[in-house]
Amino acid sequence: MRKKKLAGIFMSFMMAAGVLAGCGGSSSTSGEKDGETIKIGANLELSGGVASYGQSIEEGIKLALEEINKEGIDGKKLELVTFDNKSDAAEATSGTTKLISQDKVAAIIGAATSTNTLAQVQIAQKNKIPLLTPTGTNPTITNKDGVLSDYVFRTCFIDPFQGTVAANFASKDLKVKNAAIIIDSSSDYAKGLAAAFTEAFEANGGKIVKEEAYVAKDTDFNAILTNIKSSNPDFIFLPGYYEEVGLIIKQARALGIEAPFMGGDGWDSPKLVEIAGNDPLNNTFITNHYSSGDSDPKVQDFVKAFEAKYKGKSPDAFNALGYDSLYFLADAIKRAGSADPEKIQKALEETDGLQLVSGTMKLDKNHDPIKSAVILEYKGGKQEFNTKVDPE
Amino acid sequence: MEFLQQLVNGVSLGSIYALIALGYTMVYGIVKLINFAHGDVFMVGAFIGFYSITILDLGFFPSLLISMVVCAILGVLIERIAYKPLRNATRIAALITAIGVSLLIEYGVIYVRGAQPEAYPGDLIPATSLDFLGVKVSSQSLLILGTSVVLMILLQFIVHKTKIGKAMRAVSHDMDAARLMGINVNNTISATFAIGSALAGAAGVAFGMYYTKIEPLMGIIPGLKAFVAAVLGGIGIIPGAMVGGLLLGVIESLVSAAGFSLWRDGVAFVVLILILIFRPAGLFGKNVREKV
Repeated sequence: MRKKKLAGIFMSFMMAAGVLAGCGGSSSTSGEKDGETIKIGANLELSGGVASYGQSIEEGIKLALEEINKEGIDGKKLELVTFDNKSDAAEATSGTTKLISQDKVAAIIGAATSTNTLAQVQIAQKNKIPLLTPTGTNPTITNKDGVLSDYVFRTCFIDPFQGTVAANFASKDLKVKNAAIIIDSSSDYAKGLAAAFTEAFEANGGKIVKEEAYVAKDTDFNAILTNIKSSNPDFIFLPGYYEEVGLIIKQARALGIEAPFMGGDGWDSPKLVEIAGNDPLNNTFITNHYSSGDSDPKVQDFVKAFEAKYKGKSPDAFNALGYDSLYFLADAIKRAGSADPEKIQKALEETDGLQLVSGTMKLDKNHDPIKSAVILEYKGGKQEFNTKVDPE
Repeated sequence: MEFLQQLVNGVSLGSIYALIALGYTMVYGIVKLINFAHGDVFMVGAFIGFYSITILDLGFFPSLLISMVVCAILGVLIERIAYKPLRNATRIAALITAIGVSLLIEYGVIYVRGAQPEAYPGDLIPATSLDFLGVKVSSQSLLILGTSVVLMILLQFIVHKTKIGKAMRAVSHDMDAARLMGINVNNTISATFAIGSALAGAAGVAFGMYYTKIEPLMGIIPGLKAFVAAVLGGIGIIPGAMVGGLLLGVIESLVSAAGFSLWRDGVAFVVLILILIFRPAGLFGKNVREKV
């Protein structure tokens, strides 16, 4: 027993050391006073069902942190306090409370999914601490029932945009008329994308021939896929997360469904290819925030820096949005000239024309960025850049 | 044609439930304990199989064997540490301990390796779709169905034709009398757990191969469904578990086919409630009248 306790203490020291080391450079030794750093919280899915999103975002944030702390913001360095919400909404809520009340952060980045971000909105609002989600695309995060959550921001575009882009791509590029939709009914994200897709697709003269639903953690989809198959769609919209999406595509191809599948950024994980397999993923598309195949010099500089830090690993959209989120925040802190949460909020709101890896940032009145989307196609288990779509 | 396809879907889903339910029902039949940790032994089996395939670089059948052996040892350990001290305690105490063991295994695995999912490599067993009159049957689901049937026959044989089986039946009938007859009760119960857990391990590897994705909490729902299947067929009766599993799979598929895919799990548990109300002994069970 005692041995275990000692091991526990040792572990917590190691972890504390890890956090400090993550803060970049030799300057963040323990002798430093609180006033000289600006604390930024990160409430991310580092373990659990969608761990790969949270981990990717964290990698992006850490690269940005290193770059920003080379010069600092007006002589002050940023310090990152990370919290693992285990891909669970209740954990995300308590994590935000902890970051605000115990760690006294100036702003919070997180979470990766819409559901886990929505779980934090009220707390950020109540404590007047800016909350910035890198990839939470559900519209209600920043604006619920017409009421703006003024302390909540995002780095990514919103669901209606992804759903609209997918619908336009389906009707104009793939020229399909009959679509089926499979929704993860336990996810706000999937429902948001599906609603936007339906509206745009029907406006383009298409028809939704079948709508089926499942809940997260299901493993057998043969029954609903058989229903889909008998309605004979020539396009299937599947706005879920990679764990179930991988299984659905694998089982659909085994049942003989050859139609193209399309989804959103929720597919974007290396695990998708492992679960579904290379061949079943052929003839599938996703909308995404960024592509490492984009020739924009800003993108290529980021890709180079990222590959240098993470041993040749090519950055995905989550890496890019994590990286952009910290730059977005750093830019606001710089313009605010202080680490006061209320001034940061004001500066974030006024962001206009900030150049980021995932596009040029400008906010509309709902705090939603207006920026471009890319469409990627899976070929032999690899994502390939298909086209770039600008907002209208 | 669509109906036939849904039946096939149901049978392939049900054969997984049946495979897990066999172990459940066997342990219950002998020890009268609902071993809620069974679903988690199934999960551990899936991971052992995964690691022996990816790290030790073994083929499907050696991995299956390793996983069965490790799970058998795990089952015996669980029995010796958690259940044996409670053998003369109330039923409810043993049941609560079983739930505790289940949570311990789930979160123990998360502590050791994290909660992220793993994907079984896809090229272990050729996965071709066979086409019967427009109905697609995957070769892997046929393999799983075949495995369940073979294991069921093997279990029946062990319980009814071998010496250890005779000892098991004697222990299940009357533990004290069995001990007086010179049967080593502790070893017999350990053997029961070893066989039951080895079956769970096999089911875990089969599940991983068929559905690809495995994660530390994957045992909960299949475990509960297998429990429903075992009760449906008559808990403690080996062919009952097989039939109960297949029936439950078909019911779930038909519920989804009717357009109520979100009600699928709910319907499975409604079946459990109905069975408990109208036929508590299950489809294959005999009503045993209690003597006054």
